[in-house]
Amino acid sequence: MTVRTNLVTLSGASRGTDGTGDAQKAGDEVLRAEGLSVSLGGRQVLDQVSFSLRAGGFWGLIGANGAGKTTLLRVVLGLIAPTSGRVVVTGGHRSRRNPQVGYVPQKISLEPDMPLRARDLVGLGLDGHRFGLSWPSPARATLVEEMLDAVGATPFANSRVGNLSGGEQQRVMIAHALISRPKLLLLDEPLANLDIRSAAEVVQLLARIAPEQHVAILLSAHDMNPLLPVMDGVVYLADGRAASGTTEEVVRTGTLSRLYGHRVEVVRVEGRVLVVSGSEHQAHHPGDPYPAR
Amino acid sequence: MNVTGALLSPLFEPGFFSSGPVHVALVVGGVVAVVSGIVGVFTVIRGQSFAGHALADIGSAGGSAAVLVGVSTLYGYLALNVVAAAVMELIGIRRPRGRDLATGVVLGAALGLAALFLYEDTVSTSTTGATVNVLFGSIFTLPPGTTTLIALLGAVSIVAIAVLYRPLLLSSVSYDLAAARGVPVRLVGAGYLLTLALAVSLSAITIGAILSTALLIGPAAISLRVTTRTWAAVTVASGVGVFACWGGTLVAYDSSDWTGGWGWPVSFCIVAVIFVLYFAAGLVARLAPAGPGRRRSERAEPAGAQRVDAA
Repeated sequence: MTVRTNLVTLSGASRGTDGTGDAQKAGDEVLRAEGLSVSLGGRQVLDQVSFSLRAGGFWGLIGANGAGKTTLLRVVLGLIAPTSGRVVVTGGHRSRRNPQVGYVPQKISLEPDMPLRARDLVGLGLDGHRFGLSWPSPARATLVEEMLDAVGATPFANSRVGNLSGGEQQRVMIAHALISRPKLLLLDEPLANLDIRSAAEVVQLLARIAPEQHVAILLSAHDMNPLLPVMDGVVYLADGRAASGTTEEVVRTGTLSRLYGHRVEVVRVEGRVLVVSGSEHQAHHPGDPYPAR
Repeated sequence: MNVTGALLSPLFEPGFFSSGPVHVALVVGGVVAVVSGIVGVFTVIRGQSFAGHALADIGSAGGSAAVLVGVSTLYGYLALNVVAAAVMELIGIRRPRGRDLATGVVLGAALGLAALFLYEDTVSTSTTGATVNVLFGSIFTLPPGTTTLIALLGAVSIVAIAVLYRPLLLSSVSYDLAAARGVPVRLVGAGYLLTLALAVSLSAITIGAILSTALLIGPAAISLRVTTRTWAAVTVASGVGVFACWGGTLVAYDSSDWTGGWGWPVSFCIVAVIFVLYFAAGLVARLAPAGPGRRRSERAEPAGAQRVDAA
């Protein structure tokens, strides 16, 4: 596992750590960000962000609100042009029409009276971007049926999407995103409005489906705890800067303190990870200011 | 008189099927209702009902200006609605906040013009009832020579919606999602807004500028209460629109007998039918076994799903 980071002090620090996750074995690189910087409205939202993801892995894009998670996803999708740096998706430059990337946006507004069944929304994942009317075909129906089944959405396939619960809608949106067989699936805060149980179900589904569909998953969240059991790696954002690697490499006091630029403590309590601000007197310790735990 | 005629004679006053204006009204009303139904469904699911209503009101400025210069009100509605749609697009109707803002700004300006033109209409032309005709319309007094144009514009609107159908749906679900899939979302939105301007103009000629929203939003709202699929919603909305237009025309025609010759305005009758159907549809949705698109079975537990504690 190679740690790629914008922080000079960390370069090479953990290089060559063996990859215990399945991500590395699963196959080729699907996404590489090289020195991405983005300014929006005069504010530096992303600052020299670099990382790479491989097929079949489950990656958490972790950071507080305003850390730049959504902006990073929008750059990868080609919705925002970076001020400098570039994004490489499956060997080719990311273009707006690149079908290799599936996307589940943060806010989907589906009113209960929207005349669209779950299966219709999944079908739109195949050809919703095309002009003209679509005609039903057995092949298309089979694809939709398989995808609904893969995400466990068959029981509510004929319900209007606006009438589904948050967790059910996420399943349908995941099926919508995956039916075009992308190499990379981006999900923007999919757990944000879900109760604990539904969130856990969505995480389980994604963990199962990533190797099944041979898709790399990059899921943004402000809380990494629901993802800890399944995550192969982390891209951690703080103030627009990033550190990436396995969870063990990134989520530790030393790495995150360097990233934040001030002392933070990584505390593990009963299997949960808490990142808290360190106390003042620890911040300027002589020698290595941010010793690894 | 045969049995059918005996049954229908109380319903259809004598002369209904032989009256020239009624023929024209039924044809034009049918075309306009189909267009309004189709466009209206997308207006509602895109949350642009306010824009639709605003375009209707804005059209009154065009209609009154047309009266002033002595051309068909249809041209006035069309010209002003298309220009207004373009300005709304430029101001920024794409963003939810900009949407209300753009609509409100253009609406205010146009209603000011309408006030001016309608005043000029009443003081400077000899056209009696111009104000009432522009604002509330009458399907029985369509401007001569516009029937072909109405049919043509109706066809253009339907083709436009057919072309935009899937990208419109996708961007209604999520603007970002559609953009990420390569849909030219701004172009699609602008194309849709232009189609909306056409539909509202056609509706305005039928039941008047102020009331044209009723024909656009009413049948769509009714269909969304009882359908779960887009094509079904579009079909039902068109059907309801046609039923309301024809039913309203019939009621208006018959009403002159009930009221001693004055009769009720046909626009009122059409809107009344829509209003009654809206509540009827609510009743149907409530009484249906499971309701449209509502849960038909209890939530099935996904295989292997269990509570996961962060470990």
